[in-house]
Amino acid sequence: MSLIPTASQTVGPYLHLGLTPITIADIAKDAGKGEKIVISGRVLDGEGQPIPDALLEFWQANADGKYAHPDDTQDKPLEGKFIGFGRVPTDKDGRFSFTTIKPGAVPGPGNSLQAPHIVVCLFMRGMLKHLYTRIYFSDEQAANANDPVLGLIEDAARRPTLIAERQNDKAEYRWDIVMQGENETVFFDC
Amino acid sequence: MTNVVGYKRPRAGTQPNYLHPPYQSSIKRAPRKPLVLLPHTLSEVTGPLFGHDLIGQNDNDLTKQHAGEPIGERIIVSGRVLDEDGRPVPRTLIELWQANSTGRYRHALDQHDAPLDPNFTGYGRTVTDAEGRYRFVTIKPGAYPWRNHHNAWRPPHIHFSLFGPSFMTRLVTQMYFPGDPLLPFDPIFNCVTDQRARDSMISSFDLDTTIPEFALGYRWDIVLRGRNATPFEE
Ligand SMILES: [Fe+3]
Repeated sequence: MSLIPTASQTVGPYLHLGLTPITIADIAKDAGKGEKIVISGRVLDGEGQPIPDALLEFWQANADGKYAHPDDTQDKPLEGKFIGFGRVPTDKDGRFSFTTIKPGAVPGPGNSLQAPHIVVCLFMRGMLKHLYTRIYFSDEQAANANDPVLGLIEDAARRPTLIAERQNDKAEYRWDIVMQGENETVFFDC
Repeated sequence: MTNVVGYKRPRAGTQPNYLHPPYQSSIKRAPRKPLVLLPHTLSEVTGPLFGHDLIGQNDNDLTKQHAGEPIGERIIVSGRVLDEDGRPVPRTLIELWQANSTGRYRHALDQHDAPLDPNFTGYGRTVTDAEGRYRFVTIKPGAYPWRNHHNAWRPPHIHFSLFGPSFMTRLVTQMYFPGDPLLPFDPIFNCVTDQRARDSMISSFDLDTTIPEFALGYRWDIVLRGRNATPFEE
């Protein structure tokens, strides 16, 4: 049997009514180990205007590089409460912020290792289907250079759009999402 | 690391494009550069799994969340969540939101000149059972105007959000009602070019789930992406 997957439709302008009752902006408190970090930034449209009606969901491994999911069969520990999922809306200035722990490296295709990263699923009014992108970390240069997914981005000049910039010595990263234009964020067809 | 089995990609026309000019807000928000093709890795085929502990007593009965009864036509919306191979998707979170019977959302940005109902929030959630079934009791939402084009009205609809077994099966969509005269004019509904895919967003009236003297039944099955049979099908 082969059914057609149900088509996506926009979250529309009233997404908060349905999606923010479950808001998860801090998952560091559920982690037993790992560096606590804050990632914040803005979501901007094709004219550089902030997008106040967007929502980010994020998904990541724990500090050991293990996902809390049965398909991750690695022999690595899971922490009791740590799921690795969060959800935050943007505010009236298009800003978002969330607190987590820096994930460990996870396996990639073949024998490769993926650099520490967070998968982001983006929703907004004006978008008929969600988009996937990824957050990598500026202080993981060597791992990023060998990352098999960053390597899929043919135009190397676009890779930095996925790299969150660590702010000096603080465990705070800055990462913006730009929908269009010269600095358009890399989105994945997956 | 063994090879990861990815999820199937959509057939042409069955999902919307990001840029759909009749929906004006897509023009400044759709990415313009080509998306980068990503074969699924462990990061994609995993995803958050939620349990029944998230669900409160009246979360799937939107008519019982306040002291009084909401105004409007009581309806029961039920169905199954399946994958594209027809297998049920058990224990998956569904979140739902909608306008009240007058076409007004309980949201600070909704300026439509129609009354709010003190007995209706328009938000619910549930988790599918072992056979992928779900059920909500609610009020039929009204149509509402928007400013996309002259005399633009959204056909009555209910927003649905689902997770499924991985981050790749994530779906946010809208359920519509059969025989609605506004459907041919709605650029959001019509962003899906494949007619079968488009029509599958329309629920059907169902006498079997209609409860005498109480509420009309609408059935709507939701289909999430299915899994490839082997790691090399991408
Ligand atoms: Fe709506």
